[in-house]
Amino acid sequence: MYRIPREKLDQLFALTAEKETLYIPTDATSGIAQFKKWNEGMKMSEKLKTSRSAKDFFFPQTEALVNFKISGKKIDIIDPREECEDFVIFGVRACDAKSFEILDSVFLVDPVDTYYKNRREHGTIVTLACSRPSESCFCTTFDIDPTEPAGDVSAWMTDDSVYFKANTEKGEKYIALVSSLLEETDGADVDAQKVATKEILGKLPFANLKKDAFGGGKTEQYFGSPKWAELSEACLGCGTCTFVCPTCQCYDIRDFDTGHGINRFRCWDSCMYSDFTKMAHGNPRLSQKERFRQRFMHKLVYYPENHDEVFACVGCGRCVEKCPISMNIVKVMKTLGEEEAK
Amino acid sequence: MQEVMKKRAKELLASGEVTRVIGWKKNEFDYDITPAVFETAEAIDRDFVYDDFCGPNLSKFTFQHQKNDTKTLVFLKPCDTYSMTQMVTEHRVNRDALYIIGIPCFGKIDIEKIKADGMTGILSVTSEGADVKVHTLYGDKTYVKIDVMAERCLACKSKYHTIYDELIGEEGEVMETDRFDQVKELEAMTPDQRFEFWRGELSRCIRCNACRNACPACTCESCVFDNPESGIAQKAAADSFEENMFHIIRAFHVAGRCTDCGECSRVCPQHIPLHLLNRKFISDINGYYGEYQAGEEVGQRAPLVNFTKEDVEPDVVAKGGK
Repeated sequence: MYRIPREKLDQLFALTAEKETLYIPTDATSGIAQFKKWNEGMKMSEKLKTSRSAKDFFFPQTEALVNFKISGKKIDIIDPREECEDFVIFGVRACDAKSFEILDSVFLVDPVDTYYKNRREHGTIVTLACSRPSESCFCTTFDIDPTEPAGDVSAWMTDDSVYFKANTEKGEKYIALVSSLLEETDGADVDAQKVATKEILGKLPFANLKKDAFGGGKTEQYFGSPKWAELSEACLGCGTCTFVCPTCQCYDIRDFDTGHGINRFRCWDSCMYSDFTKMAHGNPRLSQKERFRQRFMHKLVYYPENHDEVFACVGCGRCVEKCPISMNIVKVMKTLGEEEAK
Repeated sequence: MQEVMKKRAKELLASGEVTRVIGWKKNEFDYDITPAVFETAEAIDRDFVYDDFCGPNLSKFTFQHQKNDTKTLVFLKPCDTYSMTQMVTEHRVNRDALYIIGIPCFGKIDIEKIKADGMTGILSVTSEGADVKVHTLYGDKTYVKIDVMAERCLACKSKYHTIYDELIGEEGEVMETDRFDQVKELEAMTPDQRFEFWRGELSRCIRCNACRNACPACTCESCVFDNPESGIAQKAAADSFEENMFHIIRAFHVAGRCTDCGECSRVCPQHIPLHLLNRKFISDINGYYGEYQAGEEVGQRAPLVNFTKEDVEPDVVAKGGK
């Protein structure tokens, strides 16, 4: 384990940015935190979570796929992709780090999504352990330990120091990059912080939320539940939950008519939208109830069924914080789980 | 207040005057409020709440119930009644299907302001009189209510109800407000500064459509942005200016119809001050066509769909509003 004094963090950022593009969470004017490209003088946010998740780095909201240029009777096909530069994301939380594994299981299996892979290969993830979890957090429900975050490098921040531990080859490379600022240490402070954080985790409002009632093979049990109508009653049908979610990975492919060609791009899509499953024959999900049900069944039943009982939720709590009508996966799990218990 | 409302709702259900009640219920946290439909006295006893966190405007939630054969009771705060009046004026909601109870509002608390102050691990928030007490895992703090009130409530335009079948509590008055102060600040900027301001704010947009879907003036059954045939149905920005256009187009579409209820800014997950776009339109309409407040009265003629000889000439635009 390595350590630097906290006041040298800016030097660490500067050293990193000399070699690779660095992104850190920073406060926007409106008070939310977001990942931004580091530049001199930028202050790292003290907020627990960024408003948007870190999935944007590998699966951006909009991405150019292919361009068609039409001149006369000729159509040129242009690949707009550029080899991604190496970059470092500093301060990813354990929940978001876990979400990358979930995205990988979708985008990096055959057929491999080369757009995603390009970004994924060039990104080094430095995670930051949580020490002040918020009331909306429930990552432990999904067996994530926020005091021991995954990622290429794990970091812990105490009052006076930042500690680092490399977990992967990429992580070793990063540590080597900034080694001139680091000193080796035993990490006793880190252990003390872990103990303190775990005590807090046990007191969180969702500390006892269990996923046991869900998982593969539960489709028939929940699909027809009368509870969906009540749960989805006030749903506005906006895409907030899906867009702030670190694991939602659905996208649409659209053509943009430039007037002298077509730019084909993909963009995030949301199963909450009315045209999500619109096909030539019509739409199998006619009401918001069906769209709402799809989102939670996917995270709690279908995905675990197809991916060795790994759930497609990391308990980051963004949907809990951001839903305009305060409806979320926790409420769904509690309501349906109660039904199962009966 | 909450108890009086519960009692009245149960009476109306019991008498058969209404068969469902649209109100609010508490979710996981004190500040976590969901609009809800209650159909039984038991459900009301168990879940119905009305407190300083009941921000959601319930006007639009009446939509899905207006075609029912029986009446629906809806509770509306003063600013919510403006939205309802506007919807009735536009024939977007069947007034006869509703039983409206106007309720007082003493200003709603914006939990985001408390969180922005660094409060996290919030276990309870209670609002009593002028005090807002926050109890967290990391310590407690008491705020003066006015410091953590929603921006739209600090600039409250009215405590008066423009539509109702009955009122609970005293009727209030239209308020003097400084709600156009920020608009004036923006107007005082140079075009470049203003452009930078809006680019900075709107570039955070994730096109989740929460503003549109929460907006009581956005009542199209199918939005042009959701229609794949329209040619502009993008779920994300095709270029970096597009999200700006989405909001500008939406502001134009609700101009003269927006009552300034502030739901757009309340629901924005990215904290974009969208209401400022609408307020600019309201302020311009006031200036060009005379003072006008949408949702004040059923059947009123909106300046943008009316003609008087005093109307400003269209070339006012080219002259920069002079």
